[in-house]
Amino acid sequence: MTLAFTQARLRAMLPAISLVAVLIPILVMQPAVMSYFGSSLLLNLAVPIVLATLAQLAIITVNDLDLSIGPFVSLVACIGATLLVKTPWLGALALAGCVLAYAAVGALIELRQIPSIVVTLGLSFVWSGLAIVLLPSPGGTSPTWLGAAMNYQTPFIAAPIVWSVLIAIIGHLLLMRSSAGVRVRGAGGNPRAMRRFGWSLVRSKATLYGVAGVFGVLSGLSLLGLTTSADANLALRYTLLSIAAVILGGGEFVGGRVSVIGAVLGAITLTLAASFLAFLNISSDWQVGMQGAILIVVLSLRVLLQRGERR
Amino acid sequence: MGGAGDTIAGDDALIRFEGIGKTFGRVRALDGIDFAFMRGECVGIAGHNGAGKSTLMAVLAGVHAPTQGRIEVDGRDAPHYDANAAREAGVRCVFQELSLCANLTVAENMCIVHPQLHGRGWRRTATRLMREKLEEIFPGNGLKGNELVSDLTLTQQQMVEIARGFTVNDTPVRLVILDEPTSSLDAHTAEQLLAFVSKAAQGGITCLLITHMLGEIERVADRVMVMRDGGIVSVLPRAQSSRASIIQAMGQHLEADKTPGATQSQVARSTERHFRWNVGVKRHTPIEAARGEVVGFAGLAGQGQTEALLAIYEAASRRGPGRAKVAFVAGDRGRDGVFPIWSIAQNLDVRWLAGGATRRRGLVDLAAARAVVEAWRLKIGIRGAAMSAGILSLSGGNQQKVLFARALASDADLILMDDPTRGVDVGTKRDIYQLVHDESAKGRTFIWYTTENEELSHCDRTYVFRSAAVTRVLHADECTEEALLAASFEEQAA
Repeated sequence: MTLAFTQARLRAMLPAISLVAVLIPILVMQPAVMSYFGSSLLLNLAVPIVLATLAQLAIITVNDLDLSIGPFVSLVACIGATLLVKTPWLGALALAGCVLAYAAVGALIELRQIPSIVVTLGLSFVWSGLAIVLLPSPGGTSPTWLGAAMNYQTPFIAAPIVWSVLIAIIGHLLLMRSSAGVRVRGAGGNPRAMRRFGWSLVRSKATLYGVAGVFGVLSGLSLLGLTTSADANLALRYTLLSIAAVILGGGEFVGGRVSVIGAVLGAITLTLAASFLAFLNISSDWQVGMQGAILIVVLSLRVLLQRGERR
Repeated sequence: MGGAGDTIAGDDALIRFEGIGKTFGRVRALDGIDFAFMRGECVGIAGHNGAGKSTLMAVLAGVHAPTQGRIEVDGRDAPHYDANAAREAGVRCVFQELSLCANLTVAENMCIVHPQLHGRGWRRTATRLMREKLEEIFPGNGLKGNELVSDLTLTQQQMVEIARGFTVNDTPVRLVILDEPTSSLDAHTAEQLLAFVSKAAQGGITCLLITHMLGEIERVADRVMVMRDGGIVSVLPRAQSSRASIIQAMGQHLEADKTPGATQSQVARSTERHFRWNVGVKRHTPIEAARGEVVGFAGLAGQGQTEALLAIYEAASRRGPGRAKVAFVAGDRGRDGVFPIWSIAQNLDVRWLAGGATRRRGLVDLAAARAVVEAWRLKIGIRGAAMSAGILSLSGGNQQKVLFARALASDADLILMDDPTRGVDVGTKRDIYQLVHDESAKGRTFIWYTTENEELSHCDRTYVFRSAAVTRVLHADECTEEALLAASFEEQAA
C-alpha cells in the first residue's frame, strides 16, 4: 500500500525529475547558466513554447489532438508583424477572429462528430496559406510595445522563468482548481456521464478550443516579440513539440488526464534539451533526436511505474 | 414502512407516468407505462434482460425524452422533462455503468451533479458533503475525498457513485434511482446500502431499486414493479413480493413452437463429447460439446457468457486437447463484427481466406472467392445490393446474415455465437435458425449465447450462467421458462 502510494507520487513527480535530469549536466558543464543572464539566454524561447503547449493541453483535455497549432502560431506572428503594426485595430480584430474560429472548430467537431485530427490537419494548411498571403517572404516588424514587453527585465529572476511560473500558476488555477475547469475536464473523462447530467459537450469543447486559440495567439505574439520579425514557417515545429511536452508532463491522449504544471515543465525540458546538445558541441541536427530520446525514456519510466502500481 | 399502504391511497404521487412510450428507430423499448411514484416508498423493479427497466429509468432521469405519453411532477404537467428538469424535481440516478469521471477526484466528481457548486470554497463544500454522505451510508469506508477515482477499486467507485446520488446541496433529493447498485459491492457494503435505503424511504425519499438480486427487493421494497417486453406486467404489494411470486410474474410461456433441434439431436447425439473446455473463474467450469450439437449459453446479460466464449475461442485456437477450427460470430456488430469500409463480399470471405481458401501461387484465388461469395449470397438470400457495395448499405439484419455467412463459409467445425440476433428482425432470425439447423446436421458444433430465452429451444443443451459460473445444465426437454428463470436468479450464499 505504502509502496503503491510512493510510486503514484513518483509518477506525478516524473516531469520535475526529468527536468532536473536535463538541468544538472548543463549546470555541471556550464555553471554560468545559473546566473541571471545565463538562464535568461537559455530559456529565452521557452515562453512561446510553454504557451503553445498549454494550447495543445486544452485540446488534449477533451481527447482531441491539434495538428495545426504550429502553423497557427506562425500565422499569428505574421498577423502581428504586418496588420498589427500597420493598422492595429484590424490586427486586433484578426486575432480575435482567430480565437473565435478556434472555438467554432471545437463546436463543429463535437456537433458533427468528426475526428479532430482530420479537421486540424486540414486547418494547418489553411493557416499556413493565410500566413503566406499576409507575408510572402520573411520580414515584417514587431510592434514596439511587444518587443518591450518581451525584453522586460524582471528583478532577481530572469524574465522567462517568471513568465513560465506565472503561466503555470494561472493555468493550474483555471483548469485544475476552478469548478468550471473541473467540469471541462470531466467532459474529457466521461463525456457520456456529462451529457446524462445535462451538461453541453458542445459548449465544453468550444470553450476549450477557444482557450487553445487564446494561448495560440499569446504564443505567436510572444514569439514575434522575441524574434522581431516573422515568417510563415516560423513555428511549424511547435505542433509536435507541444504534443510531446504535454505527454512528457504526465498528460494522456485519452481520458482527460492532464497536468498544467507538468506540461509547463515538459515544455521547458524540451527547450533545454536543445541547448544541452550545443553545450556538448554536438551538431544541432541531433536536436530532434535528442528530444525524442528524452520522450522515450520518460514514457518508458512512466509505464514501468504504472505497472509497479498495479501489482 | 407501514406508510406504503396509505400513501398509495392518497394522491401523494411525486412523479406520475401516463402512457409513456419510447421507441428507438423501429425498436419499441417502452409501451404504455402508467405508474405513480409515491413519496417515501421503495419500489423494486424486476424484469428480464431487455424488459425496458433501464429505458424507463433513463426517461425518469430525463436522459431520454419519451416518444409518447405524459409526465406529471407534483401533480403538474411537465412537458419539457429533461435532465435539468429532473434534477430540479429532485430526481437522482445512480447508473449501472458508473458515471464517474475517472480523471477527477472523488470530491471533484460532485460538481458534475451539482451545478451550484462554484466560486470560492466549492472544493471544501464538495468534500464535506461527499464525506458526510459516505460516512452515513457506508460507515468506516476510509475515503478522504481527494483520491482520484481511477485509483479506487470498483467497489469503492460504486460506493462513491451511490453516495453522490444522495448528496444534497440546494435542491432536495426526493427520488433516487438505483440501477443494479450492488453489482460490484461486497456482502458487507451491500448490507449497509440496503439498510440505508430502508431508512431513506422512511425519511421521505422515494427509492427505486432495479436489481437482479431478487432477495434484495424482497427485503426492502414496498411495492414491486415487474416488467416484460417494455410494459409493466404486474405491480406486487409488499405482502406478495416473495422471490417465487416475482419470478412467476416475470415468466412467460414459451411459444409452443416446434423445436426441430431437440428431435434431430436425438439421432445425432453421440455418447462421447468431442470437445471439452474449462472456463470461468480459475477454470472451474467445464463446458462440453459433441459434434453436430447446438449448445446454448443462457442467464442474465453479463454473467460471464461472452468471457466463456472468448476463453473457448482461445483454447480452440491454441495447440492442445481442445483444439478445433473455430469461427466467431459477434453480437455487437458495429464494434466487433463488420469492417465498415469494406464491401459486402470482402466482409463475407475474410474468414474463408484465413481457413478454407485455396491459394494460387501464394495469392488469393479471386475466382474461387467470387464463387464462395455468390454461393452464400444465394444461401442467405441477400437481395437488392451488389456484393461489391459497402457493408453499411445493408440493413442491420442483413449485416448480421453476412457475419453468419462469414463464419459458415470457412472450414470451421466449431462456431461460437455471441448473442447474434440482438436487434434483428423476426424474418432474419428465422433464416438464422434454419442455417444453424442445417449446418449442425452436417456435423458442425454451435455454441450459442443468447439473451432471448425462446432461442434456447433450438439448443440441445443449455448452460445457465450466474456470476461467471454455470448454475445448471438444462437438456432440451427440461428447458422451460420457469427452469431458466430459477437458474438465472440462483443466488449463491454470499
